[in-house]
Amino acid sequence: MAGRGDGGRVTPLSWNRYPRVKPLRVAKLDFRHDPLPPLNGAPSRLAYGQGRSYGDVCLNAGGLSLLTRGLDRFIAFDRAAGRLSAEAGVTLDELLTFLVPQGWFVPVTPGTRFVTLGGAVANDVHGKNHHRAGSFGHHVSELELLRSDGERIVCGPERNREWFEATVGGLGLTGLITRVTIDLSRIANAFMITEGKRFRSLDEFWALNTEAERDWPYTAAWIDCLSAHGRGLQLAARHAPAHTALPLHRPRVRKFPLDPPISLVNALSLKAFNALYYRKPLPRGPALSPYEPYLYPLDAVLDWNRIYGRSGFFQYQCVLPPEASRAGVAQLLNGISRQGAGSFLAVLKTFGDAPSLGLLSFPRPGATLALDFPNQGARTERLFVELDAIVADHSGALYPAKDARMSPEMFKRSFPNLPRFLPYVDPEFSSSFWRRVRER
Amino acid sequence: MAKIAIFGATSAIAAAAAREFCARGDSLFLIGRNGQKLQAIVEDLSVRKGADQIVASATADLCVRALHAGLLAQAREKLGGLDVVLIAQGSLPDQKACEASVEATLAEIDTNALSVISLATLAGNDFERQRQGAIVVIGSVAGDRGRQSNYVYGAAKGMVAIFCQGLRNRLAKSGVTVTLIKPGFVDTPMTAAFDHKGFLWAQPGAIGKLIVRATARGADEVYTPAFWGLIMRVIMAIPERVFKRLKL
Repeated sequence: MAGRGDGGRVTPLSWNRYPRVKPLRVAKLDFRHDPLPPLNGAPSRLAYGQGRSYGDVCLNAGGLSLLTRGLDRFIAFDRAAGRLSAEAGVTLDELLTFLVPQGWFVPVTPGTRFVTLGGAVANDVHGKNHHRAGSFGHHVSELELLRSDGERIVCGPERNREWFEATVGGLGLTGLITRVTIDLSRIANAFMITEGKRFRSLDEFWALNTEAERDWPYTAAWIDCLSAHGRGLQLAARHAPAHTALPLHRPRVRKFPLDPPISLVNALSLKAFNALYYRKPLPRGPALSPYEPYLYPLDAVLDWNRIYGRSGFFQYQCVLPPEASRAGVAQLLNGISRQGAGSFLAVLKTFGDAPSLGLLSFPRPGATLALDFPNQGARTERLFVELDAIVADHSGALYPAKDARMSPEMFKRSFPNLPRFLPYVDPEFSSSFWRRVRER
Repeated sequence: MAKIAIFGATSAIAAAAAREFCARGDSLFLIGRNGQKLQAIVEDLSVRKGADQIVASATADLCVRALHAGLLAQAREKLGGLDVVLIAQGSLPDQKACEASVEATLAEIDTNALSVISLATLAGNDFERQRQGAIVVIGSVAGDRGRQSNYVYGAAKGMVAIFCQGLRNRLAKSGVTVTLIKPGFVDTPMTAAFDHKGFLWAQPGAIGKLIVRATARGADEVYTPAFWGLIMRVIMAIPERVFKRLKL
């Protein structure tokens, strides 16, 4: 079942492999009806699914880590209406394998399909279709929360809404999500129509982006942040209409095989990669492509995170409000190139206007920029402090699922609904992230 | 498309095998003690199954041997026949508690051996009459040799192994296969008290696949994963006068 992308690690880590902290104990969950495992001396619990977040939202140093992958059962599927209930440890990969041949697709997906349903809800994840579809929480009709006092709270947009709003994007702190019901999107086949366009500057990007958002349900841009003007590729897509003949498709899976002693991502390799990627051949006009390479380019190389070596890496993802987007993004990219730092995967996308449902949801109107950096200690932190200042200056926010170092002040600024969220935190649930951002 | 009854269906290994059988297009009748857990497994398989597959279930405590004949009849009725019986119920005894209590020891022998032998006897007679069928029993590497750390469980599994040998011998001429699966260390709730680190530990999903394969080819005895065959050959080769001094 699981296998792919599992790694079978014993110590739960997050995807960027930083911080390297250990829980006091782990407990595997097998049945959703079972009570929560007792604390037995651990100060708190936290669910751990696939460890695909970048940082410490999924880590509970010194506490009890509840491994949810054993909760991998489907519960009900209405094939006609496209409504599916499943246990929280089911991955989007498993869902897609099951759904796609039946003409259904997950309504929202992040850039990897190896996340669990529970993780998708707890981080209220978004995808390239945010401007049309909103975030994951918009498609959840119901979920069950198991609290440490044994109470099971069934909630959704129409039932116990306050619990739903606290749990969607609630970083797993409101209790254990045991099951989730989602509404799916109809597709005709496993293919997408994709279109890629090159832009030579940020100005060109903004023009292309307005157009792409209007015409395409999925769109995101890759940016070469080593270039002076912010050149890059705008990649848009939609699910393909019905075809009577489709190309054969056999997905290839490679695995990054080892932990290099030092990061293979450095100034030289970055420059080469970005120059090549910018020049990658783009088909003229829209082209038919399987959904995997468009939505999950990185999933094609399992364990790609190992390329950064043992010290791991950081993601930095922020959102800037619409009125500050243009100036802010330019400043951020400037700051990065000034520091001589660079990122493999700088992704730029604009969020739609649909208000997120969760009190701590990250997506909000504006532009979101995501970057990754090898962990070079103090030097990397200096860059982040500079970027933080720009984000704060423009009333932006940072994304907890991609964070291993934001300050309590930055967290408070990013989530104005924080005071409303606090009463819903389960007294026996906590995370390394939570303890870090709640320090004063 | 086989008609399969699974006893002890909420065990992690049996549940994994059920998912594999279901993916192959088989129909399933699942018997387990815990109704809620059984229901979760039935719901999952019901979502996965094809339109013409049957997934049904019954809740029963298999230590009550008087229920066995009725459950087999129920499976046959729900599925419209029976081709495979997978007997997977069991418990991992607390060896120390068993040493201190005859009652605890016999209760474990009851769960891990007598209830299995009862079901295998009844299923064997049915299959002999229909001159077709496969009995698949979950044994254990622990049944190969008695060790101080786990010999009550080992004795029960050893009894099951010898019983299966005899039954296999008797039913061979009727075209009925008797397959004994001998898993090594499997990462399941039954073994949750152990440290699961290391290469010797297998996931139940992998064992499930091996069970389906062994069933399909009517294998006699199968170590899962196969390397346990080698390990056990070494363990069996140690002379008893040496073995009795080892801490195993």
